[in-house]
Amino acid sequence: MDTSSRLRMILQRLLQAFPSILGVIIVTFLLTRALPGDPAAYFAGPAASAASIEEVRRNLGLDRSLAEQFWLYLGDLARGELGQSISTGQPVLEEVARRLPASLELTLIALLLSCCIAIPLGVLAATRPNSWVDQLCRFVVTAGVSLPTFFTGLLLVFVFYYVLGWAPAPMGRIDIFALPPPHFTGFYTVDALLAGDLETFRAAAAQIVLPAVTLALFTLAPLARMTRASMLQVLGSDFIRTARASGLNRRAVLGKYAFRNAMLPVVTTLGMVFSFSLGANVLVEKVFAWPGIGSYAVEALVVSDYAAVQGFVLTMAILFVLLNLAIDIVYTMIDPRVGMEA
Amino acid sequence: MNRRDFLKSTGLVAGASLLPILKHLPANAAAPGGTLVVISGQTINSLDIHRSGTNRASYVVAVNAYDRLVGFGTKTMPDGSLSYDYERIVPELAESWELAEDGMSMTFKLKPEATFWDGKPVRAQDVKWSFDRAVSVGGFPTVQMEAGSLEKPEQFEAVDDRTFKIHFLRKSKLTLPDLAVPVPIVINSEEAKKHATADDPLALEYLHRTPLGSGAFKIERWDAGQQIVFSRNDDWKGGALPAVERVIVRELPSQSTRRALIERGDAHVSPDLAAKDAKEMSAKPNVKVVGTPVENCIYVVGLNFQFEPFKDKNVRHAVAHAIPYEEIFKNAGYERGVPLWGGGPEVTDTAWPQPFRYSTDYDKAKELMAMSGHKDGFEVPLSISLDLAEWMEPAGLLIQEGLARINIKAPIEKIPGANWRTACLVEKRLPLHLENFGGWLNYPCYYFFWAYVNGHLFNSSNYENAEIERLVEETLHMPVEDPEYAPKIRRMIEIAQEDVPRIPLWQPYLDTAMRENVEGYEYWFHRQLDVRPLKLT
Amino acid sequence: MAEPRALMDPVTANAPVVVSAPTADGTRFGGMWRHFRHVVVQNPVTLVAFSLFLLIVATALVGPFLVPYDPLVTNSAAALQPPSAAHWFGTDHVGRDVFSRVVVATSLDLAISVAAVAISFVIGSAIGALAGYFGGWTDRVVGRSVDTIMAFPLFVLAMGIVAAAGNTIENVVYATAIINLPFYARLARAEVNVRRNAGFAQAARLSGNSDLRVLAVHIFPNALPPMMVQISLNMGWAVLNAAGLSFIGLGVKPPTPEWGIMVAEGANFIVSGEWWLAFFPGAALMLAVFTFNLLGDGLRDIVDPQRRT
Repeated sequence: MDTSSRLRMILQRLLQAFPSILGVIIVTFLLTRALPGDPAAYFAGPAASAASIEEVRRNLGLDRSLAEQFWLYLGDLARGELGQSISTGQPVLEEVARRLPASLELTLIALLLSCCIAIPLGVLAATRPNSWVDQLCRFVVTAGVSLPTFFTGLLLVFVFYYVLGWAPAPMGRIDIFALPPPHFTGFYTVDALLAGDLETFRAAAAQIVLPAVTLALFTLAPLARMTRASMLQVLGSDFIRTARASGLNRRAVLGKYAFRNAMLPVVTTLGMVFSFSLGANVLVEKVFAWPGIGSYAVEALVVSDYAAVQGFVLTMAILFVLLNLAIDIVYTMIDPRVGMEA
Repeated sequence: MNRRDFLKSTGLVAGASLLPILKHLPANAAAPGGTLVVISGQTINSLDIHRSGTNRASYVVAVNAYDRLVGFGTKTMPDGSLSYDYERIVPELAESWELAEDGMSMTFKLKPEATFWDGKPVRAQDVKWSFDRAVSVGGFPTVQMEAGSLEKPEQFEAVDDRTFKIHFLRKSKLTLPDLAVPVPIVINSEEAKKHATADDPLALEYLHRTPLGSGAFKIERWDAGQQIVFSRNDDWKGGALPAVERVIVRELPSQSTRRALIERGDAHVSPDLAAKDAKEMSAKPNVKVVGTPVENCIYVVGLNFQFEPFKDKNVRHAVAHAIPYEEIFKNAGYERGVPLWGGGPEVTDTAWPQPFRYSTDYDKAKELMAMSGHKDGFEVPLSISLDLAEWMEPAGLLIQEGLARINIKAPIEKIPGANWRTACLVEKRLPLHLENFGGWLNYPCYYFFWAYVNGHLFNSSNYENAEIERLVEETLHMPVEDPEYAPKIRRMIEIAQEDVPRIPLWQPYLDTAMRENVEGYEYWFHRQLDVRPLKLT
Repeated sequence: MAEPRALMDPVTANAPVVVSAPTADGTRFGGMWRHFRHVVVQNPVTLVAFSLFLLIVATALVGPFLVPYDPLVTNSAAALQPPSAAHWFGTDHVGRDVFSRVVVATSLDLAISVAAVAISFVIGSAIGALAGYFGGWTDRVVGRSVDTIMAFPLFVLAMGIVAAAGNTIENVVYATAIINLPFYARLARAEVNVRRNAGFAQAARLSGNSDLRVLAVHIFPNALPPMMVQISLNMGWAVLNAAGLSFIGLGVKPPTPEWGIMVAEGANFIVSGEWWLAFFPGAALMLAVFTFNLLGDGLRDIVDPQRRT
């Protein structure tokens, strides 16, 4: 696929995504306004009377009609202004920019871990269908996805930190005495390596293990399943039969031909799982005090922090669109048969 | 490499090699000074106590990084623990103070050697600017200043660089103690004014994130939502230099995680424990739990006078007798508190809080209901706050059971924290609810002012009584030594017991857990951790 | 190496499913039963899943009448007792019997997941089918709306809906239904779209059936099999969703027994050694979700073997 048609595809996708993003903005706006808490009361403080709360409400612009508020909000968005978070007192854009790398780091490492286990498992199950290995895989993988993430997280903390003492205290991204590495990507592990600081790398890696494992357990299932299904399908296809018939040994068939072709749907699943995890992170982040975007969203929701909730949801929606776009591009690069379609 | 090896090498080994042996034990840093690790369940949302929207947890900054004119002394409690002493005012930035002959003003002499972190001396002009700010910003800080009759900038006068004078609007015993609460901090006004703008003359934007104080600890870094790090100001003149060099306050929302950390020794202090954790952790080795009754604070059941059946005194008394106090204290409070039921029939002293004369007696309750106009019972939702569910929920469930015995059906209504204040205190629309007000200034008249005067914020019962209002007005500013004070207080307590718009359950403890090697912990009414006297042994 | 394929009936993605093909003895039912037996013998796991499912349904239906204690009655004297002969799963922090609560919670959680999935299935597949059949503007509107829902981080959307509308069981059900809707819509649309112009559909139209009738009676039933699989997977999700919401504080209200809220409350007691408060509801939760997931796999094997994953 040449550059110009790829560019056209990108533009087309972005345009298609626009109505969904608009829909997201509208729905979030209405949803936050429907939340039970009163940000004016929160802002006015613990000893506020009804009169001072009304004043604060006027200052925040919350006494105007919904339509007017929405119009003002759109205007702010156009200027890249996401508002001020009342619960943390920081601008929402800053908070999101600070916390997003934390969640991304956690999710990416969890996915890496998950892939390392799920893909080999799926391949194994596909090459021995209906055997006890296959059943065991299915069992293990389904078990991982059947427990709520917060429960697994707490259990892991209890066993590995409290009882065994192997894992460090679940106090956040980095040990309390270590300073975070200089900022390149916002991923502590990567930044520490880039700065050549192995101590900090170890500290950051140690903190990320338990939460990543908790998340990974949850994302194992869809990946393993998709690998198995896709591998099964490819292994039953004509060209593999031809390859075998031509006398190629098993390793070559599996590794060079089957595997690469089977990976395509897995890539799509990976994308879906990634965006799902970013939202499902919420519970894991709460248990491990991970200063990510999920825990930010929960805190904001609980105190009816309009700007923060809207900012969070918008960020996630845009991320989702970009992610899908990236997957589509990767697809076209891997598989020349894939062209543009609506 | 065949499939089996591939699996082995990726799956399990990857996990094992990342499991750390690395662990920093903070206790290792207990060299002279050292670093103290505090873990908190709340999040700090501003470094400026005067800013609107600043939450309670942020007061820890005002307490440790800023100074006031005066502070409170220390006293020892019966159980050996330390507490602030509300009856003793000690110097902080002011080295001495004098009441005028006519009692209508007070002059403070500032310590000549006191300086801000940037080296500039603390001058009376700074105090005036800060006090003017406190009374002008509105919201909670201004209301708190008003409690001490500090209301207008005209009252504050910088006589010269070292002399600060406050003109009183009225004589009040509350003024001097009000100068020692977290609110009237002294800010480096010269530096602050450089960051003020026409729209923001009080530099609210700047001070929100960058403190300009003179306090015992400077803010080394603030990672909002994660931690705040204090480092000692070696030039502090407000009191004895702290022993600890650095204090890290980490925010950990999960209660069980905090508990696990203290028990394993990865943190030194965990303030504001849940009652259950407090009870159990006190039995653990290497951990000590200090529980101090929170002064002037009562956990109560509020009966709203706007709800028809509660207008009948017999119904209120019946409810007061149908509450299973003992069970609630054990199961919701884990006995971390002072029981406030089963008192004598007469009010004999002015101790506050004191037990009311009601106790669990279902027969008596049924009799009272029969005498009232609602002998067939009624239904009323029992409202509790989601934020305080930890004690409110078990208490609510037990109350529900007790009330069911006298034909009052009380389904539990859980109100989200964001909505609670508005519903309970501002709109005052909850017919039956649990409430937990505690006043900062430790006088019964102060409590009655906020909770028993109609229209005042913490009077969630819409209770109105002309006699109490008169008595409150008379006693609020009256000195305690005045011979009229005690009888008026006793009378107010009598009325409160008779009318019972608020049924006391117990006075809660403030429980703090710490490792054995932490000394110097003091209880404070603002319930934040004052790290200045702490030391690691 | 191509064994899996050879064992299956020659089926292509477009044709009606195996289930409706007549067999040697002429009855449809006989054929289905033989196929079911065959699959179950090949997959003992599926048999286990089915049995567990029946057990769960039985517990949900008759459990509440057979429990030894009232799940709502508190007894502070007997609080926090470990599992014993009197209390098989121990007691919780206000003295309620954990076993009774876990059993009664089965009905509630099953009801929540069935209701949520039923609503999202009915509405989602209806609008998806309409979009797939009629195409054009219907398709575009439905497509965009579904995309909008999918663009939200789903759990946060559920949280938002419950927070805005209030903490009731109904709202938890509605929130779960909304976030699961897109899956059915997309699936129905794809299935209907593919069969829209198949031979049998055209024949039905030619015989004078209206469009809607063709859609509802002829095309849609063929789209059912893959959706049945999705349904059972979703039931597991729905239960986990409700549990997650309870952990945040947005789930059912106390003292209602529900697995999620019991795990959330019990989580605080793990560190102090009272593991049974969270363990038993957690195990029940896991077992239920596990069963639904395996059931989904088993159904897939029975209904459309080629789509096995």
